[in-house]
Amino acid sequence: MEVDKGGGTEFGFFTSRLDKMIGWARKFSVFQYPFITACCGMEYMSVACAHYDIDRFGAGLPRFSPRQADVLFVVGTISQKIAPVLLTVYEQMCSPKWVVAFGVCTCTGGFYDDYATVRGIDHVLPVDIYIPGCPPRPETVLNGLIMLQEKIQNQKQEV
Amino acid sequence: MPEAEWSKTLKKIQEQFGDRVIEMHAQLGQDTVVVSKAAIFELARFLRDDPDLKYNYLMDLTAVDHFTRKPRFEVVYHFLSLEYNARVRVKVPVGESDPEVESLTPLWKIANWLERETWDMFGIKFKNHPDLRRLLLYPEFQGHPLRKDYPVTKRQPLVGPKDPQA
Repeated sequence: MEVDKGGGTEFGFFTSRLDKMIGWARKFSVFQYPFITACCGMEYMSVACAHYDIDRFGAGLPRFSPRQADVLFVVGTISQKIAPVLLTVYEQMCSPKWVVAFGVCTCTGGFYDDYATVRGIDHVLPVDIYIPGCPPRPETVLNGLIMLQEKIQNQKQEV
Repeated sequence: MPEAEWSKTLKKIQEQFGDRVIEMHAQLGQDTVVVSKAAIFELARFLRDDPDLKYNYLMDLTAVDHFTRKPRFEVVYHFLSLEYNARVRVKVPVGESDPEVESLTPLWKIANWLERETWDMFGIKFKNHPDLRRLLLYPEFQGHPLRKDYPVTKRQPLVGPKDPQA
């Protein structure tokens, strides 16, 4: 039988494997909460529908309550006025939780260099994955999702 | 433009408000009148109620910031006569030190929101307005963004979550 030669105790061996197993379970049950405010929503719908079949990655079931979701998809321009709402939504989600900035408006504010737009949602919340594009192609979104899965798999798992 | 070519509207306005009209012209069939701010309320009522004009629809109310010109602002009104299918544009110059004009809310209910928007974006006040709050932006916003001296790169402070019960 293959044995971990990392020098850990038997107990350590057990926890590191448990961590991996929980990560594996979590990365394939990504329940998203789509926070859609603008045109990127169209591309999000395209990703979520049959052609690109996001269910292959275990992310096929959007939840429409943040309390039941693991990943917050922020899709579309966030204005100064809606930023407090977005933060409230984020605070309602249970840990562990992740945030995906979908589209260039959520990453940096995009071309909305004006008085009304938040220049990147990382002024409001911590962001795990940035998906650039105006709007991003579905392939880019799937790539972002795979990167998020990698991140979930490799992080320290809170239980 | 010779007075003989003036439309019915311009002639009537000249008759009634001649002393308070600053300028009037008609370009491509669009009548435009520039009046002093003391006359706007009465002129609006006259345009609405006169049986030959019946400009009964306030289509638009906004402002222009000319910045280098004096007086700096111009409040612009567009009226439509549904009866005669005619339009007229009325402009009122407003200075920077006292940006205030009479509110048209007693004449048209829609003036309420249009004036609130103009206050929000240009910081022009409307006398006798029942509820002059910002319309599009939030109360914590500082400044008036459509003024030409509002810095393009200015960032507003973020507002935290609000208590829905409050």
